[in-house]
Amino acid sequence: MNGTGAATAPILSVDGLVVRYGAAIALEDVSLEVGRGEMVALIGANGAGKTTLLNTLSGILTPSAGTIRCAGRLAHVPEGRELFFDLCVDDNLRLGAWKASSRDPARIYELFPKLRDLSRRKAGYLSGGEQQMVAIGRALMAGPDVLAIDELSQGLAPIVVQEIGRYLVRLNAETGLSVLLVEQNARLALELCARAYVLETGRVATHGPSALLRDEPAVRSAYLGGHVTT
Amino acid sequence: MSVLLQYLVTGVSRGFLFALLATGFVVIYRVTKVVNFAQGAFVVLGGFIAYSLLGAGVPQGLSEVLAVLASAAIGLLFGVVTLLGRMSTIASLITTIGLALLSEAIAMLVWGTTPLTYSGLSGHDLRFGGIFVQPQYLLLIGVSFVVLASLWLLLDRTYVGKAMTACASNPYAARLTGINVKAMGLLSFAIGGALGGVGGVLIMPLFPITYDSDVNLAILGFAAAIVGSLTSPTLALAGGLIFGIAEELVAGYWSQANETAVALGLMILLLLWQSQRRQQAAKLI
Repeated sequence: MNGTGAATAPILSVDGLVVRYGAAIALEDVSLEVGRGEMVALIGANGAGKTTLLNTLSGILTPSAGTIRCAGRLAHVPEGRELFFDLCVDDNLRLGAWKASSRDPARIYELFPKLRDLSRRKAGYLSGGEQQMVAIGRALMAGPDVLAIDELSQGLAPIVVQEIGRYLVRLNAETGLSVLLVEQNARLALELCARAYVLETGRVATHGPSALLRDEPAVRSAYLGGHVTT
Repeated sequence: MSVLLQYLVTGVSRGFLFALLATGFVVIYRVTKVVNFAQGAFVVLGGFIAYSLLGAGVPQGLSEVLAVLASAAIGLLFGVVTLLGRMSTIASLITTIGLALLSEAIAMLVWGTTPLTYSGLSGHDLRFGGIFVQPQYLLLIGVSFVVLASLWLLLDRTYVGKAMTACASNPYAARLTGINVKAMGLLSFAIGGALGGVGGVLIMPLFPITYDSDVNLAILGFAAAIVGSLTSPTLALAGGLIFGIAEELVAGYWSQANETAVALGLMILLLLWQSQRRQQAAKLI
């Protein structure tokens, strides 16, 4: 099987997902698919349910209805990085492999050479961009088939976001890793991913190829600031 | 001079007992954020179980090992109760005090109210610079040191130890990486129980224990743990030694009635000093 593109069976498919917090409904009938080797964006405003969706995918939350099918391992890069601040970079990476067979972080250092020099530094003392690299590296240590990243760009300088974005695209191209990128920064997400879903108050409002969504008036005004100059 | 030396030897041995207790506080607090005030009960129950096993004719070494294992099991049980559901930190703290009272009651029912002791390591007293030291003191110091050093290695150098630190550092992220946070919390309680048990079986031949010794032990162990802000095992050891030696010197040169009061006074001074430092650090930021 040379699974390139979304034509083959999806690596991750979510169907009719409903998640509640007590009486409040956080996700209502959400369905989406990520193909093998595909990079898919999930955009939406604060409180749209993006983080809830990722926490449900990684088993932290239990859905009240719907199904999640993942034909492989999913690793979750949480919003705000959530590193083990008291431990060094190397330990953070190794702990990512808690359920995996290999604990050797060499491949992460190959991907993010910057981290090799920082390997003995405590994670709490790193810059935001370095922390995001450790967070991604830690998730990659689980040997995932799908990487779900929550708010990649949060709190980072645009130039750092561009750098990490390039790493992700390279990783996707070289290893065929599927990516589900959750972002408030819609411009960035649509640039990195070929396809996108738009989440609004717990529902999928629209979805399709990024090139088409970029031109949709509703998406432009709500997520791209209305006055797109590019 | 030789009197002072004698007090120091006794103080260091008591210090290691407090350090075992303090390290129990630290290990449990680091992983679960619970301050386990039932820590002293592990010493009492561990010592009493060894006493009963010896009375039943079980060989000394085996009795003591079994008592430590039993203490670990009791620790595990206390962990199950304390970590049941999702209690707030304050609720779990009260739970541990309840468990301490319950184990006092059980200890009183089973073993009575008279102080218990058994003979420790046999052999002649050893002579050091004009004083005589019972071999049991050296056993207590040596074994405690080895136990504390191996625990430090476990926490700092092994994968499981790092996972335990990860649970303390960021429980949410620990769950995301697949670490079973609750199991790590239970493991920390079992370790806390075993540490108390080790202290109990080693101290009983030197200082008789009663069913209600646990309160004093827990308070002094807590005081020692505070030296390391409840998180550092090495500073907890230092704290244990400080309190052990201070206690013996006060008892020796002043009055035994004042030893706990002085130790608690020291603890309050330490707490004040630490909060002052924290305020200064906050000002710098």
